[in-house]
Amino acid sequence: MKRRNRWIYAGLIPFIFMIAAFQIAPILSMLTGSVARENGPGITFGFYAQVLQSSYYLKAITNSLLISIISSAIAIVIGLVCAYSITRFSPKIRDLLLTISNMTSNFAGVPLAFAYIILLGSNGVFTLLFKQWGWDVFQNFNLFSWSGLILVYVYFQVPLALLLLYPSFFGIREQWREAAALLGAGKWKFWSTIGLPVLTPAIFGTLGILFANAMGAYATAYALVGGNYNLLAVRIGSLVAGNVINQPQLGNVLAVVLAASTLLAVYLNHKMTQRSRMFNGAPSSEPVRAHKRRSWLRPAAPASAKEELS
Amino acid sequence: MIGQAKKAGWVNRSLMIALMCYLLLPLLATLIYAFAKEWQATVLPERWTLEWFSQMFSDARFIDALWTSLYLCAISVALSLAVMLPAVFIITVYLPKWETFMKGVVVLPYAVPGVVAAVGLIRAYSSGPVSIAGTPYILIGAYFIVILPYMYQGIRNSLLTVSAVDLLNSAELLGASRTRAFANVVLPNIWPGVMISTLLSFSVLFGEFVLTNMLVGGHIHTIQIYLYQRLGESGHLASAIVISYFVFILALSLILMKLTQKMNRGIQG
Repeated sequence: MKRRNRWIYAGLIPFIFMIAAFQIAPILSMLTGSVARENGPGITFGFYAQVLQSSYYLKAITNSLLISIISSAIAIVIGLVCAYSITRFSPKIRDLLLTISNMTSNFAGVPLAFAYIILLGSNGVFTLLFKQWGWDVFQNFNLFSWSGLILVYVYFQVPLALLLLYPSFFGIREQWREAAALLGAGKWKFWSTIGLPVLTPAIFGTLGILFANAMGAYATAYALVGGNYNLLAVRIGSLVAGNVINQPQLGNVLAVVLAASTLLAVYLNHKMTQRSRMFNGAPSSEPVRAHKRRSWLRPAAPASAKEELS
Repeated sequence: MIGQAKKAGWVNRSLMIALMCYLLLPLLATLIYAFAKEWQATVLPERWTLEWFSQMFSDARFIDALWTSLYLCAISVALSLAVMLPAVFIITVYLPKWETFMKGVVVLPYAVPGVVAAVGLIRAYSSGPVSIAGTPYILIGAYFIVILPYMYQGIRNSLLTVSAVDLLNSAELLGASRTRAFANVVLPNIWPGVMISTLLSFSVLFGEFVLTNMLVGGHIHTIQIYLYQRLGESGHLASAIVISYFVFILALSLILMKLTQKMNRGIQG
């Protein structure tokens, strides 16, 4: 029995090899690369200082942070309202709406940038139409600028926000609404004091994912504005990729900065998922008295229940 | 609260119509553009044509790019299956303690965006003992990590839903060896779930641009790279490519949905 078990573990070797070679090694290499001296051994933080002193790179970092925060915030509001709205339809229509959202969430990167160029680019269909109709509201709009980028980023963030938030509405039980109504709470009161607080962990968790998604988005921005707009991801790409490697160390430093921000966002999501499990699932440290409640709360959160069971 | 709601008010209706317009408009515009002879300053184009599609299919570079994409994705997914199936099986069944570690490994690709991964990969493999930068090998390795979360979750969930441990014990009780129990009992049972993660991974890789462009963009042209190169040349041709690409992804997701429904029904009934 024992010996046979040991042979079974040999099946893990290729897996461990792949993880070490293509996940761990690149991250380590990037970290060491950001502090390695250009020639000779030793550690230097000179490149970090160089980035922090360069207004150009600082601008890229702030641009990326701003666009990620703004697009995530807009998307979360739209996603929240729309996810709630979807729950009010019959199951059949609900499925259809979710399928379409899911489908459009595949529509990202280069094809998405292209579609927006057709619609709103300098020779875009809408641009020409609006010009013909004399609508000058859009005259100052430029797809290849800040406002255009926000527009496109929001587009690919909305379906994601919607799909991530939708399941958390399962956690709000009809009984709570009835109880609140019996106690005299109106619709507004219910959402502001019960509904939204229950959803808060899910909202912040989703915000984390959206933020990381926007920070790391490269294809869309690259196809839309090329190197013309100063974004962190695009900057890293131009420093490292291509046949000419100008300043790989700076690329490493910027990559570490980007990874730090996305790691933080994903960590936020992780913490918030634990939190929302406190509402929906069953925290192990809860006193015995809660046991009865736990058992009827389970069906409301099938996903987290399954996690718990395993 | 979900389930009892039947009638949606006009507020919800108009909200959903607005949302669907917003989400579908770019797609629709691309579709019209792909079939339009020319489209300028009118609500709908005045003349239609199939010219762009025929041009696309007669372009040798398009066919090449399509093949490159197909076989790169197929190799990566096959490799991932070969490595992940035994690994996830062993971890789920024999080493449940590793699951915390696995959760970290699986989350990492989300937390490390493609640009960052590419920077690390280029530095790690452009010199030194293993210099595979710019070759398909580095790309396949990177793809392996990209689809890791989908593969792991898919295989693990199917193992848990069919209660692989019980199945395995029963098979061994009946005298089957462990390898035979895995191949003849567990594998056929988890197959639908594995198929779903395979297709999902395939469609994810098909749309991959960042890693491909940064790691091998100069000399290996996948469908995404080809699309990017044609963006500047002809808008109509590029929309024909986008639409074909999207139809392909759509077909994949439809198969996926049917499979998922079938599997869920199988579990319930």
